Amino acid sequence: MKAMGIADYFRERRRSRRGSASVAKERLQIIVSHERAERGGPDYLPMLRQELLEVVRRYVTVDPDAVRVDVERDGPHEVLELNITLPERMEEGAQR
Amino acid sequence: MSRIVVITSGKGGVGKTTTAASLAAGLARAGHRTAVVDFDVGLRNLDLVMGCERRVVFDFVNVINGDARLNQALIKDKRLSNLSILPASQTRDKDALTPDGVERVLDELRADFDYVICDSPAGIERGAHLASYHADDAIVVTNPEVSSVRDSDRVLGLLASRTRRAEQGDDPVREHLLLTRYDPQRVKKGDMLSVEDVQEILAINLLGVIPESQSVLNASNAGIPVVLEDGEDAGQAYNDAIARYLGEDRPHRFLQAERRGLFGRMFGG
Repeated sequence: MKAMGIADYFRERRRSRRGSASVAKERLQIIVSHERAERGGPDYLPMLRQELLEVVRRYVTVDPDAVRVDVERDGPHEVLELNITLPERMEEGAQR
Repeated sequence: MSRIVVITSGKGGVGKTTTAASLAAGLARAGHRTAVVDFDVGLRNLDLVMGCERRVVFDFVNVINGDARLNQALIKDKRLSNLSILPASQTRDKDALTPDGVERVLDELRADFDYVICDSPAGIERGAHLASYHADDAIVVTNPEVSSVRDSDRVLGLLASRTRRAEQGDDPVREHLLLTRYDPQRVKKGDMLSVEDVQEILAINLLGVIPESQSVLNASNAGIPVVLEDGEDAGQAYNDAIARYLGEDRPHRFLQAERRGLFGRMFGG
């Protein structure tokens, strides 16, 4: 490959001056503040999670972390999102 | 009063085990009785990084199950007499660590050591939870890179809500940031998040910055905690961080790019 010309070299340098770090910082600030807001969900969430876990466990053996309860804010609405991860193979889980 | 310190990060491969090995060796060298515990059940690695892999007889899970006494499982470091290592089990049973078992072993370690360093597995699952649950202090190891910073923030959320201290309403876990694999040259070019950027986002106390360095790989290749390599930049940076952890006030080093001549700038990349 041909060596970079002097003009190209300086153009390249000027472009990289701006750098991708500032984009990274901006994106991080947005996502982190979003995730922090979710963290501060209602107080009953852990209890709700625990009770749901107990109900699920009557039927399927799942990890303590298998039940996830999140509150999403969407304008004036709050959406309660419930996620239950079942074991990879149901039969195995039920036998234990 | 002994302290339990968790080395955590969320993301894997950022330098937790390297940091656990160096913090433990550094504290021991400073005269403190120190134990370092590998919580990464299934993937034992701390022993290798510390160079005692051939002396593992019993492990953490053996102690929890009552198959061995703690003293039989602890490996005494050959370089530092007041440093001991408790290796992880290689069992594939991820439930091998039980909350009660971990508590019992940590209580026993607390009685014999000034510092108990818990090397957390990656992720935020059971193993990571158990490693951080009893912590008094947390060292959050972070790379100047988006996914690592985001994971660190999630881990901070868990430290504030799902630890013994949080649940019992005690003083919160003391959180420290350790920024690793830092490349001042790339920061200067604007291609890497700066230490100020990361600090602004995570907003916790900065314990230290470890420069990206060949010496880290060299040390782990040889099974030596890099902090014991006094002639190397990464070793010195770890040394500074440990001194700060112990309350000393030391200026941060290795944050500026080395001055390079025109030749180096054009061909150094």
